[in-house]
This record gives sequence, structure tokens and C-alpha cells, in this order.
Amino acid sequence: MTQINVRVDGASYTDDVEPRTLLVHYLREQLGKVGTVVGCDTSNCGACTVHLDGQAVKSCTVFAVQADGCQVTTIEGVATGEGESATLHPVQRAFHEMHGLQCGFCTPGMIMASIDLLKENPDPSDEEVREGIEGNLCRCTGYQNIVRAVRQAAAEMSGKAADDPQAEPAAVDTAAADHVAAQA
Amino acid sequence: MIPAPFAYARPSTIEEALQAIADGGEDVKVLAGGQSLIPVMRLRLAAPETLVDLTRVAELRGVREDGDMLVIGAMTTHADVLTDPLLAQYGQLIVQATETVADRQVRRRGTFGGALAHADPAGDLPAVALALDAEFVLAGPGGRRTVPAAEFFVDYLTTALEEGELLVEIRVPKLGEGWGVRYEKFNRVVQAWSIVAVAAAVRREGGRIAEARIGLTNMGPTPLRASATEAALVGVDVSLETVTAAAAQAAEGTSPSNDLNAQADYRQHLAQVLTRRAVAAAAGL
Repeated sequence: MTQINVRVDGASYTDDVEPRTLLVHYLREQLGKVGTVVGCDTSNCGACTVHLDGQAVKSCTVFAVQADGCQVTTIEGVATGEGESATLHPVQRAFHEMHGLQCGFCTPGMIMASIDLLKENPDPSDEEVREGIEGNLCRCTGYQNIVRAVRQAAAEMSGKAADDPQAEPAAVDTAAADHVAAQA
Repeated sequence: MIPAPFAYARPSTIEEALQAIADGGEDVKVLAGGQSLIPVMRLRLAAPETLVDLTRVAELRGVREDGDMLVIGAMTTHADVLTDPLLAQYGQLIVQATETVADRQVRRRGTFGGALAHADPAGDLPAVALALDAEFVLAGPGGRRTVPAAEFFVDYLTTALEEGELLVEIRVPKLGEGWGVRYEKFNRVVQAWSIVAVAAAVRREGGRIAEARIGLTNMGPTPLRASATEAALVGVDVSLETVTAAAAQAAEGTSPSNDLNAQADYRQHLAQVLTRRAVAAAAGL
């Protein structure tokens, strides 16, 4: 077991993990961050995409020990506020409004990859969106509405850049945040 | 799927990394970006005893100039490559090939040195390194040695790296004034491996080709040079006819595999077509 300190969606965690534990399994099984899903388990589909120190990565292809000292943002950390009063991230809202999903399984990864793309390119063309999310597979929609959603989010985010709820969630400094799995 | 257990070392200097490799037992694997190694470990096709993670070895990351050469740290990520100002100016062939590697997320983690040390014949960067006559600087317990690209790629997934050694940096010539480059890749879907790809760099003097460097991806167990085409291009007037004639020899000496994506003869056909396109674009046609 190796001890790691990570900050996930604004909360700090100190945990013992086996070096072979993949980041996605740590997030889901130890922290209960089940918003991040395992799709293909072969680094192809992008469903498990999270941000590691602000950059989109496939969390099935990173070991949890490698996130030691890092900040992780999952799909659960991009909205602001809690429960009924929560405000969706503009990309989340746009996926909803533009019907950018059917079964929804690829959506967490699609949104995390799209947020990463928009940070780098705030006004992408259709083609640039398609290239930007080439690491994310959707087997339902044919991507058409996903591209529309990302472009709508881009327009909304650039329209009110000043109070844009960024991908980084509000900081909650709880050193011993809730875990779902008991520590060994 | 979950990899088999392993001991984990996370050095922060090259010195510490070499020590960790030396201390790691019989079966040590070096973890660079992990975008090939971790999937292989998940499938249990590899189950190393010790994994030495280079992610925190800062001195292995970055690009610098050294006279006429660019020196690329082995842990420079593909995403770093795409935003590096020196590579933008002198390393466009590397940039073009890197743009086609996998996808955004994989390029954030995957590294230039890792892709070369993995030496997958379908990988995009080995053929580029070979076309550029890159030099590979390897560090080992006994010091450093430099291996030319032509000797680095030994066989399928096999390089000149000896046990206990680490790829530290890759030196490539700056391609400046007069050079044109193009990486032409053929694959079935985006983010897929190359079925065949061609890396071409051409130096023009007036209306003639003075020098041509052509690397072939996935045309054998290692990357290959299209030597016959290179020789046929030197001194010719630049035209679609001369380029097409030279490109017809691109598959000479190649031994591509048959697999689900393509048969060998189809790959040889592709090599000619892609070489024509790559050289034509690099020569400004």
C-alpha cells in the first residue's frame, strides 16, 4: 500500500492504495465518485475522462498513485452549489438542452473532454469540436447533437466569461471527506 | 481489468531512476506516459515486478536547442510537443505526426520518448525519428551512450536499450530554410493506429530536390526508410511526374504484415500512394 494525498472535486483525501489501483477505480470504489464511469477499459472510449491538474486524461489509464499531490476534477465537481440549488456547468446544461445524449453513458467523459477543449479553444468550429472529442466514443447519437451542445456551451461561456463557473469546483477543505469503502 | 501487483518507484532525478531500475529486480518496466504500458498491464500481457514511474523526473521533460540540433527530453508529452515554440519552428515533421497520435487525453499523458522506446511499428513517431536520423541518448549505470535511429529500432517492439538503461533524450536536426515536410497517415478511424503512414522531409534548391528523407510507418517490424525513393528524388526537377515515378519505388525492401486491417500487398500499394502525396506536399506541389 502507498499513501496518497489527492484533492478531488475540492475535497482533500488521504488514502492508502495499491500501486496497481487505477485512478478510475479509486474514484469510484474508494471515494464513491460513481459519476465517472468505466466504458471500454481499453483506453479507447473516453467515458472515464477526468481532469488531472486541469488536463483531461483517461482515468482508466492512470494509476491512482500517480495522482498523489494532484487535483482531480470529475463530472461530479463541475456544477456549482449543491442539490436543488445547484447550477449546472454550461457544458452540462448545453448537453441537456441540445439533446447531446441518449443513454448517457459516454456523457461524463464527453463533458470533461469538452470542457478541456473549450479551455484551449473557446470558440471551436464543428470540425474542431469533432477533433477535440475524438477520444470519446458515443454509440447512440451519431455526435451531431454533441457537437451542437459543445458549440452552444462555447457561445454561452464566451458571452458571460466574467462569472463563468469554471471546471474547477469551489474548494471544500475537508481533510476527512466521506468514503464509501472502509480503509483496509 | 486490473493489473497484477507490482512494486512502485517514483524517482525525481535520472540518477534516482537508474538506481530504482538497478534495484527493481528481474523484471523492471519503466513507466513514461503509460498510454501503451498500462493497457498492456491491464490485459496482463505484461506483469512487471517493479514499475519505475518517470512522471516526476522534471529534467527529462522539455525541448532545447543545441547548435543545429533540437534536444527533446524523453518525457516531453505529445501535448507539450504540439505547443513547443522550437518544434513549431524547426520540428514541423514531428509536430504533424504527433497531431495524429491517438486523441487529446492520450496526448496529455503519452510522451515522445515513451512512444519511441515502445517501438510499435504502427506508432507514428519511430518513422519520423528514423527519417530525421535522430540520435538517441541512453543513460545507464556505466554512463551515457548515443545510438543513431538506424540502430535504435532493432525488431518488433525491440530497441537497442539494454537492461538497466533509460532513454534520456532524443536529438534531431533542425529543419529550417528550404525544407518542406509532410506526415501522411492512413487509418480506418480517427485515434486508430496507422495502417501505413509516410514521413517525408524534402529540401529544395530552386526547382530541384537537393535532399529527401522518407520514413515508413508499419511497413515491417521496425520503421523503415524508403531509400530507393530518396535516391531517385535527389537532383530531379520538382514535378508531379518525377515525384510519382520516385514514389513507385517506396515499397522496395519492405516486409509489411497481413492483419485484420490490411494485407501486405495493399500496404505496399498504400506506401507508394502515401509517399507520392507526402513528397509532393513536402516539395510544395
